[in-house]
Amino acid sequence: MSSVAPAELPIDRELADGEAAEIAEHEPSTKAGRVKKRLTSRTATIASIVIAVLWTIPTFGLLISSFRPAELIRTTGWWTIFQNPGFTLENYQDVLFSASSSSPQLGAYIVNSIAITLLGTLITLVFAAMAAYAFAWIKFKWVNWLFIFVFALQIIPLQMSLVPLLQIFSTVLRPMQAWLHDIVPIIPEQNYLPLWLAHAMFGLPLAIFLLHNFISDIPGDVIEAARVDGATHGQVFFRIVLPLATPALASFAIFQFIWVWNDLLVALIFSGGTQDVAPITQRLAELVGTRGQDWQLLTAAAFISIIIPLIVFFSLQRYFVRGLLAGATKG
Amino acid sequence: MTTADLLGKILQVVMGLAVFAAVVGLLIFLIDKAPKKGRDYWQLAGFLAPAMIFLAVGLVYPAIRTGILAFQDKGGDWTFDNFVWMFTQPAAIRTLINTIVWVALVPVISTAIGLAYAMFIDRSRGEKFYKVILFMPIAISFVGASVIWRFVYEYRSGDREQIGLLNAIVVAFGGDPVQWLQTDPINTILLIVIMIWIQTGFAMVLLSAAIKGVPSEQIEAAQLDGTNAWQRFMNVTVPGIRGSLVVVFTTISIATLKVFDIVRTMTAGNFNTSVVANEMYTQAFRASEVGRGSALALILFVMVLPIVIYNVNVLRKQREIR
Repeated sequence: MSSVAPAELPIDRELADGEAAEIAEHEPSTKAGRVKKRLTSRTATIASIVIAVLWTIPTFGLLISSFRPAELIRTTGWWTIFQNPGFTLENYQDVLFSASSSSPQLGAYIVNSIAITLLGTLITLVFAAMAAYAFAWIKFKWVNWLFIFVFALQIIPLQMSLVPLLQIFSTVLRPMQAWLHDIVPIIPEQNYLPLWLAHAMFGLPLAIFLLHNFISDIPGDVIEAARVDGATHGQVFFRIVLPLATPALASFAIFQFIWVWNDLLVALIFSGGTQDVAPITQRLAELVGTRGQDWQLLTAAAFISIIIPLIVFFSLQRYFVRGLLAGATKG
Repeated sequence: MTTADLLGKILQVVMGLAVFAAVVGLLIFLIDKAPKKGRDYWQLAGFLAPAMIFLAVGLVYPAIRTGILAFQDKGGDWTFDNFVWMFTQPAAIRTLINTIVWVALVPVISTAIGLAYAMFIDRSRGEKFYKVILFMPIAISFVGASVIWRFVYEYRSGDREQIGLLNAIVVAFGGDPVQWLQTDPINTILLIVIMIWIQTGFAMVLLSAAIKGVPSEQIEAAQLDGTNAWQRFMNVTVPGIRGSLVVVFTTISIATLKVFDIVRTMTAGNFNTSVVANEMYTQAFRASEVGRGSALALILFVMVLPIVIYNVNVLRKQREIR
C-alpha cells in the first residue's frame, strides 16, 4: 500500500468486467466507424485546447496587467497590449517597498505569511507524527477507538469551532502575550501564537490519519529489533520512524503549507488584522475592499501572493499532488 | 515595516521554534524515563498527549460549545429563535438557497468538465502540460483567484472602454455593459464560476489517474467489437472509475458547502450573494450575533455530515474489496 490514501483510488474491476462482456455484442467495425473515431479525436483535441485556453486567460490577464502602467490599466483592456504598449515594474515597487502609509506595504505581510506557515506546518507535523506512531505501534485495546474518534473529527467544519476557540484564546493566551510583550518589548502584543496553535489544531485530524496509514506500514521487524536491542520509544521514533516516513511527511508538509498560506478564515479571526501578524491573503482581501479600483496595486499584489505557492507547486508537483489528493477533505 | 519590526518577527519565530523544540524534547525525555510500572501506558499517553490536548481544546470542546450556543440567546437562556430567524427571515433564507445552488452546480460541472478533459487528453501528446494548466488554480488561494476574476468581471460605466474581459466581450457583440457583481441573480452564478475554475483541476487529476487504472484490455476488447468512443466511455470507462467519481463528487461538494473566501472577497455577501459559511462569519464576528452564527455553523455541520458518512462508506467498501 502506498503512502497516502488517494494514490489507491479505486477501480471496481468486477463491475467493469461484466459491462465489457455486455458490450461485446455490439456492431462490427466499419470504415465509417474508423472515420468517426478520427473525427472524435480531433474534436477532443480542439475541445481540450479550448478548455485549457479558457482556464489560463484570467490568470494571464492578471499577470500582463500587473506589468502595465496604472494609466493604461485604467483606460484600456490588457488584450490591447500591442496597440497600447507599456511596461513597468513600478506596480511591484509600489506594493512591496513603498513606505507611504497609503500603499499596501506587502513586505511585512509576506514575512508574516512565512512565519505563520513555518510553525503552523511544523507543529502539526511533529505532534501528528508522534500520535500516529503511538496509534500504530503501542498496543492498547481502547486505542483503536480513540483513533476512529480522531478520524471522525474531520467532519467538524472549521466554522463549528471558531467562536469558542476565540473565547478560549482571549482568556488564556492574551494575558500570556501581554506578559511576553512586557518582558521583550520588541515582540508586539499581537503575535503569531494564536495562529500557530489554531492551524495546528485544525490540521491535526487529517495529519494523524495520513501519517498513521504510512507509519503503520513500516515493517514490524525493524521496530521490534530496535526494541529488543534496548532502544526506547523515543529513540525508535526519532531514529527509525521519522526517517522512514519522510515521503509521507513531505507530502503532508506541502499540503499543509499551501493550506496555511492560502487560508483567509483562520487569519481573519485570530490575527487581529494588523501588519504585526496578518498574512498576505488577509491584506489582499482588505485591499480588494478598500482599493478595489486601483488595479495596478491589486494585480501586482495578487500576483505576489500567489507566486510562492505556485513555485512550491511547480517544483514539488509530485509530492503536492499526492498530498492534495490525500488531504482533499480537510477544512 | 521597520527593522525593529522585522527583528521582532524573526525573534518570535526563533523563540517559537526553541520553545517547541524544548517541549518536544522534554516530553520525549519524560517518556523514556517513565516509571517501570505501567510503562507502556505512560509512554502511549506521552506520545498522544500533545495531539489529544490540541484536539480537545481546538475541536471537541468548541464544537460542543457551538452546538449549545446555537440554542441560546444573548442572555444565555434556551431558545429556538436562532433557527426561527434562519428559516423565516428573507435574507437568511436566501443564504440557504444560495448555498443549495452552489452545491447543486459546482460538483456536477467541475466533475463533468474535469472528466471530459481527462478523457480528451488521455495518452495524447503534451498530456502533462495540459494537466498542469488546468490544475494550477488549485495552488492559488481563493483570495488570489477572487482578484483574478474580479478583474474579468470589472465594469466601466457609459462609453468608457471596458477593461474587464467579460464586459468587453458583451460590448463587442453590441450589448450594454453589466455590473456583474451587483446584479442578482447572475452574480451568484459568476461566483460559482470561480469555484468551478478552482475545483475542475482537482477532479481532472483524480479522474485521470483513475482512467489510467482501467485495464486497457477491456478498452481494446470493446474496440475490436466495433463500439464507438462514446459507447466505450459509457460502458467501460465510467463503470471502471465509479469509485473515484464518487470521491471527487463528494469531496467537491463538501468544499463547496464550506466556501467562504470567494464570497467574502468578491461581494462580502452583499447583493444577495451570501452563503452559509460567509453568513456565519458575518453574524458571529461582525454583527455580534453569536447565537445566529452558531446556528449557521450547526446547519453547515448537518449538511456536511451525510456526505462525509457516504464518502467514508464508499472508501471503506473499496478497501474491503481489495
